[in-house]
Amino acid sequence: MSQNAGREFGYSVGFIPYGKRMANGRPALRRGRLIVVEGIDGSGKSTQIKLLHKWLQARGHQVVFTEWNSSDLVRQATKRGKKKNLLTPTTFSLLHATDFADRLTYRIIPYLKSGITVLADRYIYTAFARDSARGVDPRWARDLYSFAVKPDAAFYFRVPIDVAVDRILGSRAKIKFYEAGMDLGLSPDPVESFRMFQGRVIEEYDRITEEFGFRVIDGTRSIDSQQQQVRSIVARLYNETGLAEAS
Amino acid sequence: MIPGKDGARFFGHGLPYADVRDLKGTLITLEGTDGVGRTTQVALLKEWLEVQGYGVIETGWTRSELMSETIGAAKAGHNLNQLTFSLLYATDFADRLEKIILPALRSGFVVLADRYVFTAFARSVVRGADPVWIRSVFGFALVPDLTLYLKTDADTLVRRVLGSRGIDYWESGMDMHLGTDLFESFRKYQWRLIRQYNRMAREFGFVTVDATLGVDEIQARIRRRVQALLDDRRMQVLSTSLDTIRPLLFEAEEDEVAAPVSAPRSADEAPARAASGPSQD
Repeated sequence: MSQNAGREFGYSVGFIPYGKRMANGRPALRRGRLIVVEGIDGSGKSTQIKLLHKWLQARGHQVVFTEWNSSDLVRQATKRGKKKNLLTPTTFSLLHATDFADRLTYRIIPYLKSGITVLADRYIYTAFARDSARGVDPRWARDLYSFAVKPDAAFYFRVPIDVAVDRILGSRAKIKFYEAGMDLGLSPDPVESFRMFQGRVIEEYDRITEEFGFRVIDGTRSIDSQQQQVRSIVARLYNETGLAEAS
Repeated sequence: MIPGKDGARFFGHGLPYADVRDLKGTLITLEGTDGVGRTTQVALLKEWLEVQGYGVIETGWTRSELMSETIGAAKAGHNLNQLTFSLLYATDFADRLEKIILPALRSGFVVLADRYVFTAFARSVVRGADPVWIRSVFGFALVPDLTLYLKTDADTLVRRVLGSRGIDYWESGMDMHLGTDLFESFRKYQWRLIRQYNRMAREFGFVTVDATLGVDEIQARIRRRVQALLDDRRMQVLSTSLDTIRPLLFEAEEDEVAAPVSAPRSADEAPARAASGPSQD
């Protein structure tokens, strides 16, 4: 992370130099921490962020949680688009960007401003990885999300595709159409399509790990040892950035 | 503007997965602010083109199958901010571009767009969006063959709109809190929009038509421009097909096949991915 990562943000200061700011997005002092988890379905990231949430609360931090694709604004459109398979890679991407913009405005920025920690299950990197895997131009996706706030830490839970497939088939029997990238016509078999599509998503995550400074966690290790690793990084984050205001 | 691959031109990075090689149709857009008479002109133009035998497809702002309901509800509930406002428009536009405009252009239709990306640029920028950002968001959009800009001024517009259907909340930019009453807000908001359109007229090379003239005179000017464009396109098609048959006429003795073999466009573009675009009809 850069020297003053996340110390200030307006609508977009977080992603300079990738993005351009909204013209009237004034930088404002940011006091809460933004911590995000990334990884493919079945990587274990949701389990890990729940455990982190419990731990932060136990330590007396105020914490809110926000999830990818959960705003009311585009819920109907997304649902209908998915049900009827109306979505193209570009509209899929834009619907998720709209959802994210809505949550950023109402569910993330006000909390950060008031000093509350925000935990996000998936962040803009999910869009970068999936959209690239679907064939949209990666530069376009980065410009699109250039209004986003840069997180204080982005954890990437890395698992081989076979591990993810076994976990998903072991828990919920059904693989969803778009999660499997069935819209791309890679394979008529959902499991095989999932394997191919999510394999591409892993490649994209790996490709952007360095660019965005992901903290890579080996998702094949035991749940508690992964959590220990996450907590020690988060603890450092609070100590480092919680002491004094950066210039 | 970046000229796109395969002859099509996009505002930015384009649609890498879509097949845009052979767009036989013509894309004509009408722009201009609210209440300027765009829709009337589009209807008259469509009629005239169809009488001449052209296939015409019309598409209008926020009319996509995917988004029109959502946008309507969001506007009615006033729960939009400047970011989601811009992004909902972009989603609607992308849906219409891929599901209506591109298929129609592939099939050789004249596509008449009542408003185009420029409306999103103007409305987003007056609401505080970075002009560079909003242009990059719409980087997947095709550059039209012709953009007709119906130009007016705010005072003429106010009289015109009051005299016909009255003033509307969003057309007055009431979400921006520009004035104490609807009238003041409408005038200020429209003045700002018109200023954006005038700037874009230079930036993007709009063909400007004086919208304070009578309906028939405006239509006559529009038709002259459209006729010239369609004549040009016809000449292009003719010369392209001449290029195609020339080798057959003059080099018939050669054994080689004249048809060019299309190679994969870039290394990372696997055939499976190229095939995943919308089907060609």
